[in-house]
Amino acid sequence: MSGPQPPLLAVSALSVEFRTRSGKVRALDNVSLTLRKGELVALVGESGSGKSVTAFAIMRVLDPAARITSGSLHFGGMDLLAMKDAELAELRGRELSMIFQNPRAALNPIRRVGRQIEDVLLRHAAVPRQALRAQAIAALTQVRIPDPEKRYAAYPHELSGGMCQRIMIAMALACRPALLIADEPTTGLDVTTQAAILDLMRELAHARGMAMLLITHDLGLAAEYCDRVVVMHAGHVVETAPTSRLLSLPRHPYSAKLIAATPRVDRRLDDLAAIAGNLPDLRRADLPPCRFSERCDRYTPTCAAPLPSNTVAAEHAVACHHPL
Amino acid sequence: MIGLRTLSALPNLIGVLIITFLITRALPGDPAAFFAGAAGSQEAVEQIRAKLGLDKSLVEQFAYYVRDLARGDLGTALSTGRPVLDEILGRLPASLELTLSALMLATAIAIPLGVLAATRPGSWIDHMCRALTTAGVSLPTFFTGLLLAYIFYYRLGWAPAPIGRLDPYATPPATVTGFYLIDAALAGDLDVFIASARQLILPALTMALFVLAPLARMTRAAMLGVLSADFVRTARAYGLSRFTVLYRYAFRNALLPVVTTLGMVFSFLLGSNVLVEKVFAWPGIGSFAIESLMASDYAPIQGFVLTMGALYVLLNLAIDILYRIVDPRVEVSG
Ligand SMILES: Nc1ncnc2c1ncn2[C@@H]1O[C@H](COP(=O)(O)OP(=O)(O)OP(=O)(O)O)[C@@H](O)[C@H]1O
Ligand code: SF4
Ligand SMILES: [Mg+2]
Repeated sequence: MSGPQPPLLAVSALSVEFRTRSGKVRALDNVSLTLRKGELVALVGESGSGKSVTAFAIMRVLDPAARITSGSLHFGGMDLLAMKDAELAELRGRELSMIFQNPRAALNPIRRVGRQIEDVLLRHAAVPRQALRAQAIAALTQVRIPDPEKRYAAYPHELSGGMCQRIMIAMALACRPALLIADEPTTGLDVTTQAAILDLMRELAHARGMAMLLITHDLGLAAEYCDRVVVMHAGHVVETAPTSRLLSLPRHPYSAKLIAATPRVDRRLDDLAAIAGNLPDLRRADLPPCRFSERCDRYTPTCAAPLPSNTVAAEHAVACHHPL
Repeated sequence: MIGLRTLSALPNLIGVLIITFLITRALPGDPAAFFAGAAGSQEAVEQIRAKLGLDKSLVEQFAYYVRDLARGDLGTALSTGRPVLDEILGRLPASLELTLSALMLATAIAIPLGVLAATRPGSWIDHMCRALTTAGVSLPTFFTGLLLAYIFYYRLGWAPAPIGRLDPYATPPATVTGFYLIDAALAGDLDVFIASARQLILPALTMALFVLAPLARMTRAAMLGVLSADFVRTARAYGLSRFTVLYRYAFRNALLPVVTTLGMVFSFLLGSNVLVEKVFAWPGIGSFAIESLMASDYAPIQGFVLTMGALYVLLNLAIDILYRIVDPRVEVSG
């Protein structure tokens, strides 16, 4: 890397709470991550670790029950938290796009998918009305949807999961965003489709210099497609490192367990180590500073002190008192 | 597709036919005795019974009933001596005008109220909506009707006397549709239009109040559900305008359960016609049915129940078709 470049996206010390009937859910605590222009970064962690909440916070589409209690969000130097709704609406869908975790539910069930893409184009791309349809079909063609003219007129329930996924990708890329957040873009798809979709997204990212935050619980995917990996556990970022370094030299006990639990071709299935214990209940008032401590076999009384953020190498940070 | 759906409504109509027939036979009171009068001899009663076909078996009576129906013969209203079909067709527009006005009034108030309440949770309009839907649910229509007439006619004098569709000195507009408002508008007669609108407002309001609560409650709930749906989040995340998000994405989807409720509410309204018409001396089929019931006059009651049944069937058909138009996911079913 040549010299310090201002990051495209900077999330710093972000904390998010949900107010629920059964108490406050402290879903994110002190989450920081950055993305540079054109960089592909993976956000990994078990289910419930706060990946989607992080994405929603960046997009500013958190539920009304959620509150950002501290931290800051900057995109291209702009303060996302200070922006007015109108300014935000200009940015979203144009510079900053997101693919949602469950594409079928994320599409309007009673509007033709082509029209939904047109809604986005009409809003951001200054396309004359008579060219809208052609542009929407071009967006579908770009993500290699077979027979785009016909798919244009389909409703989400008439399409397969993989096809809905592609529609979402087409919609996200229609306005050539600078950053794409892809929340589990390939869950529930067969391996071939999964590879096809991710190859396509990587290709488009490289061709356009687009940065991508790939949210997944599959370290294998992260390893194959991303430059850097951010590991989350129970609303904390526990480790951030370049992909090859994380895989070969994980320093956080949780990352190490996660890697051990990831199936690989060169490993037999019964070597798979499940990670013991569960995520702590994020409603608890007595959450320990290290939210992994109740599952960690390196725990010592020192771990009850506030978490450090150790930079162990260039671009490699670990939030642990006793890194491996 | 719509043709198929229409065909499948046929069994319902046949069911209505059988039930109509049985219900009227099960009603208390002997029409023959009624028409023979208190002083009528046993012989006279028997004669009238034979004339009305009441001495035959139920099955035979039903066969005659269906045969007559097929000829458009619903019998004769003994109290007026006119064919029941004419009586009902003559009064139906009055009932429909009242019911439809009430429905439009209720929809025009309840749907915006529900939408606003859902989009501004915790605001005064939300509280108003909640107060209305919890408090205003179960006031019986005749009570609301009497109360409104008492306040707005008797105390305040804002509304005209509850004496039907027009005051006796005004001439009804030339009949085209039978709806006074429409006919007056067609005839370009502003005076009659205003006069009949003034007569209509209280009974229509009475009925509208009756169904406001379920409609507003359903709209609010449906809207709240849809606003937290994933696809609304998507719409917001793509920077779509507030209008597009609220109308094209949220409201259009919330409309689906609202249409269903609308159908239900319409049938409540048809049912509540009977009492409201009585209170406001509205010359519709409901008040006609009550008068006939009190005279133990079978044929008009049968005609009334049959008309209501047919209206219900038609209504369900219309709702079904509407639903298919709004929701592309509803499969074509035979
Ligand atoms: N609307 C909400 N109300 C209360 N708690 C919530 C809400 N949304 C998320 N949470 C909590 O926030 C935490 C993180 O959830 P999140 O959806 O971000 O997980 P995730 O990492 O995306 O998991 P997955 O891999 O299953 O998608 C969870 O503990 C969840 O219970
Ligand atoms: S801080 Fe302590 S408890 Fe937490 S992960 Fe590190 S060693 Fe384990
Ligand atoms: Mg998620």
